[in-house]
Amino acid sequence: MKQLLDGNEAAALAAKLARVKVISAYPITPQTTVVEHLADFVANGELDAEFMKVESEHSAMSACIGAAATGVRTFTATSSQGLMLMSEMLFVASGLRLPIVMTNANRSLSAPLSIWCDQQDSMAVRDSGWVQLYCENNQEILDTTLQAFKIAEEMLLPVMVCYDGYILSHTAEPVDVLEQAEVDEFLPPYKYPYPLDPENPVTMGPVGVPEYYMEFRYMLQKAMRASQKEIVKVGKEFKKKFGRGDGLVERYHSDDAKIILLTIGSLSSSAKDIVDRYRKRGEKIGLVRVRSFRPFPVGELIDAIGHAKAVAVVEKDVSLGSAGGLFLDAAASFINVEPAPLMLNFICGLAGRDVSPLQIREAVREAAKAAESGKVKHAVKWLGLREKLVGLEK
Amino acid sequence: MKAGAVITEPGSTEKKHTGSWRTFRPIIDPNKCTACTLCWLYCPEPAIIKGKPHSVDYRYCKGCGICAHECPVKAITMVREGSCETTP
Repeated sequence: MKQLLDGNEAAALAAKLARVKVISAYPITPQTTVVEHLADFVANGELDAEFMKVESEHSAMSACIGAAATGVRTFTATSSQGLMLMSEMLFVASGLRLPIVMTNANRSLSAPLSIWCDQQDSMAVRDSGWVQLYCENNQEILDTTLQAFKIAEEMLLPVMVCYDGYILSHTAEPVDVLEQAEVDEFLPPYKYPYPLDPENPVTMGPVGVPEYYMEFRYMLQKAMRASQKEIVKVGKEFKKKFGRGDGLVERYHSDDAKIILLTIGSLSSSAKDIVDRYRKRGEKIGLVRVRSFRPFPVGELIDAIGHAKAVAVVEKDVSLGSAGGLFLDAAASFINVEPAPLMLNFICGLAGRDVSPLQIREAVREAAKAAESGKVKHAVKWLGLREKLVGLEK
Repeated sequence: MKAGAVITEPGSTEKKHTGSWRTFRPIIDPNKCTACTLCWLYCPEPAIIKGKPHSVDYRYCKGCGICAHECPVKAITMVREGSCETTP
């Protein structure tokens, strides 16, 4: 049934529909209402779960780790500084191979203090061994969160579902909410193979001496790479059942495109509008949206953008001292691959700054110029930067 | 090896010899040891071998010195590795 939901409501509803047994979360803007909705569900008796109140996000993730170790379906949600405070425990969750699902309402990082949206927070923990799926709209938040449980439990990997703060978290859209019976069929109860159980004691989190640590890291890496197949498989199953669903990347008029915009998150919707306008004029501009950032879908990406002359990677994050996170991985995908498209990186929309159609057009124009001349003038460019303020005015 | 380094069989610590971590080596004076077993009780590893007198299993002893601290008759001395003639 269609309901008018903001992104946080969609995330909370997905956790409820997944019949999570333990939720431990700490409120932080802009994720707060996810926690509020879930607390309501538990208090009203709509959801049979333990809601563990904690004093910080570090404790929230620690509690989720303990709960997941007993073999129950576990959920949490956070944003920005909360994710940073959690980061130590993120590595523990993945190292222990616990299938925790977390939604992250993307928000920029202090300092300067900002509560607005960009993707610097989740990009900063991209190496933590968590699967990272990025959503474009509220429907996808609901669908992806449900799929996340299945992927997590099959692969024994934690999954982070990322969606843009405010732009999605606080904006209402019509969302088709699945019936409980439909979700129960798609997502049956799961059995963790080595739960904490006094009858069958196990050791969890032992010391990884040099003779063993590398092998465990290799196993984790292998599972992360293999989860690509699972993401595709679960996406297909979801699509078959409910008519919606994407895999690792989404292709939008990209197959015959000479210039491709490579995007992630809600920015993709705005960029698709621009693509439509170019297409109306008969210009072969396309878009590819990365849905799975971890694991990074190297093969699929080469297939999706490899034929383009130039690719403009437009993103709301920056790896300080380097370039945008999506750009770095996309560019690295083409190492040892020929021919490779020219790649340009556009950093924009940090801390909620509006990404205007003009900015996206500028990215397309720059990419077209590069395609024509065969040369890239500036590999990394900041769009919409107020140059006068930082003393860059000519 | 199980995912997440979970160990499902008990007794894995026996397989891992931790003696190489040791900086100080406990040496039991057989003339002073009364075989009271307090050192055996306090030792965090299975590194004290009960007997008359007790002895040390240097494959596991990490050299923490708790045995020397607890010994009521001061029969155990901690000696820096490499500075003593006695070989374990």
